[in-house]
Amino acid sequence: MILETRGIGKTFGSVLALRDVSMGVTAGQVTCVLGDNGAGKSTLIKILSGVHRHDAGMLLVDGAEVGFASPREALDRGIATVYQDLAMIPLMSVWRNFFLGSEPRRGLAFDVAKARRVAREELRAMGIDIRDVDQPVGTLSGGERQSVAIARAVYFGARVLILDEPTSALGVKQAGVVLRYIARARDRGLGVVFITHNPHHAYPVGDRFLLLNRGTSLGEYAKGEITTQELTALMSGGAELEELAHELERE
Amino acid sequence: MTGAQVRTDDRTADVGAVRRLLIRPELGAVVGMVAVFAFFASQSPVFRSPAGIANWLDPAATLGIMAVAVALLMIGGEFDLSAGVLTGTSGLILVTLATRFGFNVWAAMLAGLVVALAVGFANGMVVTRTRLPSFIVTLGTFLMLQGINLGVTKAITGTVQVGGLRRADGFEGAAAVFAGTIEIGGTSFRVAILWWVVVTAVATWVLMRSRVGNWIFAVGGNEQAARNVGVPAARTKIALFMTTAFAAWLVGSIMALRYTSVQANIGIGQEFIYIIAAVIGGCLLTGGYGSAVGAAIGAVIFGMADKGIVFLGWDADWFKFFLGAMLLLATLANRLVRRYAEEVRH
Repeated sequence: MILETRGIGKTFGSVLALRDVSMGVTAGQVTCVLGDNGAGKSTLIKILSGVHRHDAGMLLVDGAEVGFASPREALDRGIATVYQDLAMIPLMSVWRNFFLGSEPRRGLAFDVAKARRVAREELRAMGIDIRDVDQPVGTLSGGERQSVAIARAVYFGARVLILDEPTSALGVKQAGVVLRYIARARDRGLGVVFITHNPHHAYPVGDRFLLLNRGTSLGEYAKGEITTQELTALMSGGAELEELAHELERE
Repeated sequence: MTGAQVRTDDRTADVGAVRRLLIRPELGAVVGMVAVFAFFASQSPVFRSPAGIANWLDPAATLGIMAVAVALLMIGGEFDLSAGVLTGTSGLILVTLATRFGFNVWAAMLAGLVVALAVGFANGMVVTRTRLPSFIVTLGTFLMLQGINLGVTKAITGTVQVGGLRRADGFEGAAAVFAGTIEIGGTSFRVAILWWVVVTAVATWVLMRSRVGNWIFAVGGNEQAARNVGVPAARTKIALFMTTAFAAWLVGSIMALRYTSVQANIGIGQEFIYIIAAVIGGCLLTGGYGSAVGAAIGAVIFGMADKGIVFLGWDADWFKFFLGAMLLLATLANRLVRRYAEEVRH
């Protein structure tokens, strides 16, 4: 287990954002975190990525307890987060974005030839078909941008990749593209945390499923233990859905 | 990439090479320069003679040094309205120290450089610390410097200019380096042209081939995203303000050594000309995009129009009209190019 939480919790003032959540991330596996809006998904990933500090329970990396003071510390331990809004500069080329902040140097200069070559190679190794690494990131589709961000995290030595709703703003086809890169990152031996509110995206790629509702865990399931239907029912609270169906029925 | 690696996508087929050429920020400026040159050269034989070229390259050079520095700053997402007046401040310090306080010209120039860099540093610090728009911050600096230039000059000389630099120690050497001329094929070119070429070359290298260049594009494109991946955004911006200040010192010194006297109100109004040249050169007002070569070409267009109108015997007032028309055209062209470059392809 690379990254693990045991009974972790977080309060903001009097608000219990997260309570007693346990989960684990293993190398070469995808752990999906599912939950409706306000379930505590983003609080959980912010703890995992070092943005917030937990105030109950334990956070463990490689079996040893840690407390991250900043995202930089998490990154240094190999925990990379790709946020929904991506942190990419639309007007800059793919290769400039790929190495932004960690430019390879050659003497005093930015080794542009190396940056271009490595960006192209890394994207191809992930199976990402970018027409031209010189094109501005702004010209890429949403799925391609997510993919470039994933490839960048992989290249810079991530062991755990946390993906914050990477498919939520995408169409069906684009979401499929991103799911394929998630699988690719998994196959390269990374532990992946995939946050989503769509069980249909989570089920095909996930190995374990953590369900959150109103800041608490509804349990962590292995793939064999649960079906898509059960996931959906648990997530939205099956009773609530039935109630809704009943309410919407014609008199 | 070679053709074999490009995905055969019917919607994007064959536009790659053309698109890459079209999204070069300086494209519009190059087209403009060719058109303006063709127009004046066809109307005036003097304009296209070596002496004529030397004549219009001179204003292009002093404007160009500033435009290139301002372009870097604009790509970094900021403005500097105090840049024009700072050329005056630097020149005034040089002449005043050398003629009234017995400084050697070189020492006086060094003092001017220190003050200019300090002003640039202050601009950068205030902008990055307070996150106020640089337009407002440097407008404040602009007005303060304008006041200081006039107030101090009047207090020391009793008039609104200082002169007599020719008699100061070290004038000959400094004048040769910054305000001399070079003979090429029987025509004498101002040495400022050489400085302009050097400044443009260095700026282009920094922008395209250094890590700092990557950071400049990034802080102008999306400062928060840049900071998230570890770009020292504040330091980059402060360095850009200091670069503009350095350019202002260079131009101020060149002018002071050339004319040996400085008017206290010099440089006022020039700050917009620098920005216009940078915009004609392809810089976006919103930052994150542009080129140093483009700004240099923007300055050439200015130089040609400035002198060309005189060569044709037109009223010099028409220059202002030309300026406005060029700015409008360039901004429209840049917007089209940017839309084309940013167009999302699924």
